Amino acid sequence: MAKIDQTTVVRRVIDPAFSCRLSFAFWGRITILLGMPPAISPAIRRTQRKIRANWNDIAFSLTLPLLAVLFALAVGAIILLLLGVNPLDAYAAMISGAFGSVQGITQSIAKATPLLLVGLGICIAFRASVINIGAEGQIILGALAATAFSLAFRTLPDWLLVTLTMIVGFAAGAFWGFIPGILKARFGVNEILSTVMLNVVAAQILLALLKGPLMDTQGVTAGTFLPQSEQVPGSVWLPRLVPQTLLHTGAFVAVILAIVVYVFLWRTTIGYRIRAVGLNLDASRYAGIRVSIYQMLALTLAGGFAGLAGVVEVLGVTHRLLEGITSGYGFSGIVAALFGGLHPLGAIPASYLFGSLLVGADKMQRAMQVPSSLVYVLLGLIVLFVVGSQYYARKRATRRASTTVTTVEEEVATA
Amino acid sequence: MNTVVLTGIITSAIAFATPYLYAAIGEMFSQRSGVVNLGVDGIMLVGAYAGFFVALNTTASLGPMGLWLGLVLAALAGLLMGLFMSVISVTLKAEQGISGIGLYMFGLGLSSLLFRVTIGTVKTVDGFKPVPIPILSNIPVIGPALFNQSVVVYGAFLLVPLAWFVLERTTWGLKIKAVGQSPAAADSLGVSVNRVRYVCVCVGGMLAGIAGASMSLATVKLFQDNLTAGLGFIAVALVYFGGWRPLGILLGALLFSTITSLQNFMQVLNVGISPDLAVMLPYIVTIVALMFPINRARQPAALNRPFERGES
Repeated sequence: MAKIDQTTVVRRVIDPAFSCRLSFAFWGRITILLGMPPAISPAIRRTQRKIRANWNDIAFSLTLPLLAVLFALAVGAIILLLLGVNPLDAYAAMISGAFGSVQGITQSIAKATPLLLVGLGICIAFRASVINIGAEGQIILGALAATAFSLAFRTLPDWLLVTLTMIVGFAAGAFWGFIPGILKARFGVNEILSTVMLNVVAAQILLALLKGPLMDTQGVTAGTFLPQSEQVPGSVWLPRLVPQTLLHTGAFVAVILAIVVYVFLWRTTIGYRIRAVGLNLDASRYAGIRVSIYQMLALTLAGGFAGLAGVVEVLGVTHRLLEGITSGYGFSGIVAALFGGLHPLGAIPASYLFGSLLVGADKMQRAMQVPSSLVYVLLGLIVLFVVGSQYYARKRATRRASTTVTTVEEEVATA
Repeated sequence: MNTVVLTGIITSAIAFATPYLYAAIGEMFSQRSGVVNLGVDGIMLVGAYAGFFVALNTTASLGPMGLWLGLVLAALAGLLMGLFMSVISVTLKAEQGISGIGLYMFGLGLSSLLFRVTIGTVKTVDGFKPVPIPILSNIPVIGPALFNQSVVVYGAFLLVPLAWFVLERTTWGLKIKAVGQSPAAADSLGVSVNRVRYVCVCVGGMLAGIAGASMSLATVKLFQDNLTAGLGFIAVALVYFGGWRPLGILLGALLFSTITSLQNFMQVLNVGISPDLAVMLPYIVTIVALMFPINRARQPAALNRPFERGES
């Protein structure tokens, strides 16, 4: 590589757009089209690594969410005390329920799967600074489409049917995310409000269909008229990883997709633009990024992943469409994503944590007669504490970033 | 359509407008000062529970005073929730959209938890009785619909001119508008931006608490899990729809409550539309209403932006 002056290096480290442009010169159009990482010399890579692997920063970013959980548990304990329940017993029941048995652990992973999928969508949306509250509705649409499709085309070969069902479910969820997306891009409709409204609309569509065309014929002949669909064909059931438990292969799908989303957001041009829009709207617009298109895309993708969560829930756990198919995953998924620092890989452990929390709360309800609604109290508090602490985290980051740039400058000067 | 049905539709439309009005006027104050409080629905649920719980346990000994006590407690609970929201979004400068959702989840969970532990099953209260206004309530058709409602309903409609007066004719109103429009300018003139926002969010919370209690004590007269079913979010949408002005909010609230009321009567009269689909109507109308940017220019300039000295 030719001689690079100091400012180039610094700009390259702190400004990915600039770094993209450099690689453009080296590798031509192909690398960018393929979304490959830009070429970087070993010297710069070393300094970059130094910046990234600052253990203090990593420890700090882990501490805040954990503190938020501790705070939430403390407030929850006060509420339990006021209700005359011993919080230590309740929390002990929760922990042993979630981690104390194979059943609990596998169930936690099974619950973490839809949370992770929803969380991945939330990561994409929030990174583009669009707030998608519509995951509940998008889950419903995905589950609905998957059920209807697999029932209608049950004669297709197994592998094809499963694949197509997943794609159809993704598309249906994406459609439900596209609506607020286009409304925002075209008419400037606030996406928070439109997604909340669409949640109710989706829930009502589901109810109407379950009481009408999709109702299980067995329920009709037996006279129970339960609002649930027929079982989906056995060929689309996701295999159980551990027999006699709820753990199914959907968990693998979710983890693989988490890696895909990570690569998408951090190693492709489209992903970079989505993040740029979220970091600074005006600067992105000035740089020629079509902000509204990318926000629409982010909402659509978020909807797709939530839809996939619905598919996995039907194919992996319930095997039929039920009224309460979302189980509130649309909201807990937001918490998991926030807790994972809006990072697809961070969302993996975060989803497992919240999956365990949900399972633990169910067990606690059975053991201690404490309503599992306590989970929502805790989730709400965690959200509030996490976003409440972000301002100070941001402040600290800007302070440290200004010192990092000077260290890089020194590094380059001595090299 | 016979007059009995017409009176019925108007009566329930007026009653349905009540929670919308309390919640949306409260949210208007909050947003005029620059804070979007998306947790209105959660606050309403906590208010509805608090009011209902107090009324359920005190009406036996206190009679109608128990209802009033419930209303006061609901307002107080709403105020505390508003205070919580202001600490997070004003002092800690959190992203308001996300913190609002956090507050919603907290309120939803808390009201459900307390309800299941302290009440358990769905019960009803007698609630506030309709108070006919002399002479006016004798007007045919609209008389019994408009002037034979409970005090809580009248209060909601009186709140509209009151809110207008506070905003347009008092120093406080001027301060609120200044803080929402240009916090830096307000700050430079010695107005405490954060204090004004605290007061507005707390008042908004208090009114949301009353909105919840107006449902559990005056219009629906019972409490159950997720009683409001997203009504608080419609109230937030009404603020946008009504252009951040009390009169616009009143018109919006009446529009939505009329649609809700019509939809209920459609179910009762069996028009042939699936009731599950009819329930969607107000929500779809909300989305469509938000598509028309009649009022977007009126949006407070500093909406959704935490204030920090030295930042423009």
